[in-house]
Amino acid sequence: MLNISHISKTFNPGTADSKLALDDLCLDVDDGEFITIIGANGAGKSTLFGAIAGSFFTDEGRITLDGEDITMMPEYLRARKIGRLFQDPMRGTAPGMTIEENLSLAAGHGGWLSMAGSGQKKEFREMLRQLEMGLEDRMKQPMGLLSGGQRQAVTLLMATINPPSLLLLDEHTAALDPAAADKVLAITEEVVKKDHLTCLMITHNMQSALKLGTRTLMMDAGRIILDVSGSERGSMKVEDLLERFKSISGKALDNDRMLLTSEKDS
Amino acid sequence: MIMYSLIQTALELGLTGALTVLALYLSYTMLNVCDLSTDGCFTMGATVGAVVAIAGHPCLSIPAAMAAGVLSGFVVSVLQTKMGIESLLAGIIVNTAWYSVNIAIMGNSSLLNMNKTDTIFSMLKDSLKGTILEDSSKLIIPFIAVALVIVFLSVFLRTRLGLAIRATGNNPDMVRSSSVNPAFTTTVGLCIANSFTALSGCLLAQSQKSVNIDIGSGMVTIALASLLIGQTLFTKGGITTKAVGAVAGAVIFRLVYTIALRLNMPAYMLKLISSVIVVIAIAGPYFKSRLPMMQRKMMLKRKDNA
Repeated sequence: MLNISHISKTFNPGTADSKLALDDLCLDVDDGEFITIIGANGAGKSTLFGAIAGSFFTDEGRITLDGEDITMMPEYLRARKIGRLFQDPMRGTAPGMTIEENLSLAAGHGGWLSMAGSGQKKEFREMLRQLEMGLEDRMKQPMGLLSGGQRQAVTLLMATINPPSLLLLDEHTAALDPAAADKVLAITEEVVKKDHLTCLMITHNMQSALKLGTRTLMMDAGRIILDVSGSERGSMKVEDLLERFKSISGKALDNDRMLLTSEKDS
Repeated sequence: MIMYSLIQTALELGLTGALTVLALYLSYTMLNVCDLSTDGCFTMGATVGAVVAIAGHPCLSIPAAMAAGVLSGFVVSVLQTKMGIESLLAGIIVNTAWYSVNIAIMGNSSLLNMNKTDTIFSMLKDSLKGTILEDSSKLIIPFIAVALVIVFLSVFLRTRLGLAIRATGNNPDMVRSSSVNPAFTTTVGLCIANSFTALSGCLLAQSQKSVNIDIGSGMVTIALASLLIGQTLFTKGGITTKAVGAVAGAVIFRLVYTIALRLNMPAYMLKLISSVIVVIAIAGPYFKSRLPMMQRKMMLKRKDNA
């Protein structure tokens, strides 16, 4: 359903800061796959998401989604099919607007001049109740009063309120405290399962990279250097992953945060 | 009696100007764009309205002026969303350009007189002849216009488009990665806001029966001062309350100004005062947030000296 064919992207070409962020990258994603992506800082993980979501246009290659060529499609048009969450919980919601208004905007039923009816508000309430964060009684409060975890949970609701063809999660739990991160991750699994979403998730936690989802990619220097799924992935441990990275890329994984997390968890 | 006419004048001017304040409420407070084309757009509303009224169509002058405002807002938004011109600069450029355009609209003149022209005010006055409201036409028309704009904004800002416009001003990052095109919401917001600004200019010109090229000069600062006064007084409440607050700010500003004139303040002080109000209203919260840091600095200094 998502087909990425030989895309490349160089930032600041022709300057001293020139950086090849995506290097002839190819990826095929099937319907319903839940892919976790790991890699060192600057490996090109977020850049890959940017290319898919249309934050910038790639220099080369083509991207198709659901059979439609989206290579040159502007970001806001792609957003109708692609939901995206960022690490910063402040980024996905409007703090000065109420929870209800944020959800109404995301739901977007009807035309530009439509308003959320009472039936729809009831639906919002039910969705919020399922988060088990007590937000269903705070629908008239501004989003800015919520904690990071709560905001990220609502952002997840907003991104999936109209089930997208593709959900991109860019370390969306990394800025949260451990309890909130677990909670948001649990909600994520539930939402993805309920709507059979196709999902790509960047994570720095190697344990959850192997535990969650159906397939794991490892990136380095703008390329995908490891792609495991099925039984091979099922039997893999964090140490195996680190070992594989070292043997393929010829260097140790230099993401401090990632190593710390894997040591703590294993 | 003097007091009464004083208040009436302040209300008339306050309500007429309140339309520009409501325009800034949409563009500045909601969309987070400081639209510096406001002065030129205000004058354009005044000139277009005057020309149409002088041509014998006072009723048509209102939609004509508002259409000119939409056009003005559209030009500003195209400059900033499609041509990579920074939003403040886009406003300044349009403001400058409209100076020439407005003189052209007035037929190579920088002054139009409407003493012998039928205006919407004189028309209403004629139809109210003999009633107690006869002398209140200058109050009734702006009042109705302000009420309609507030009702419109209260509904519009709750529609999906209105929510999208508010989100564009509130969290552009969010809108950029959502299915809303920020260029579109900015354009719609600026077009609507500027139609109010032009309406404001149109009403002022017809109520004072003349328009000159400077009629809108400094209007953005005066309106901003009124808006900030309103926001200081109405800190709580939803979008409707805040819109009412913006209008209250405009009336209070005019009232204080009118009283100051009575106390022999020269009229030319208006623009200095509005500038000072804007500075205080924006710098005040800034200094307040820095106060703990400054106190700590002083305490450390005192300790060092001890």
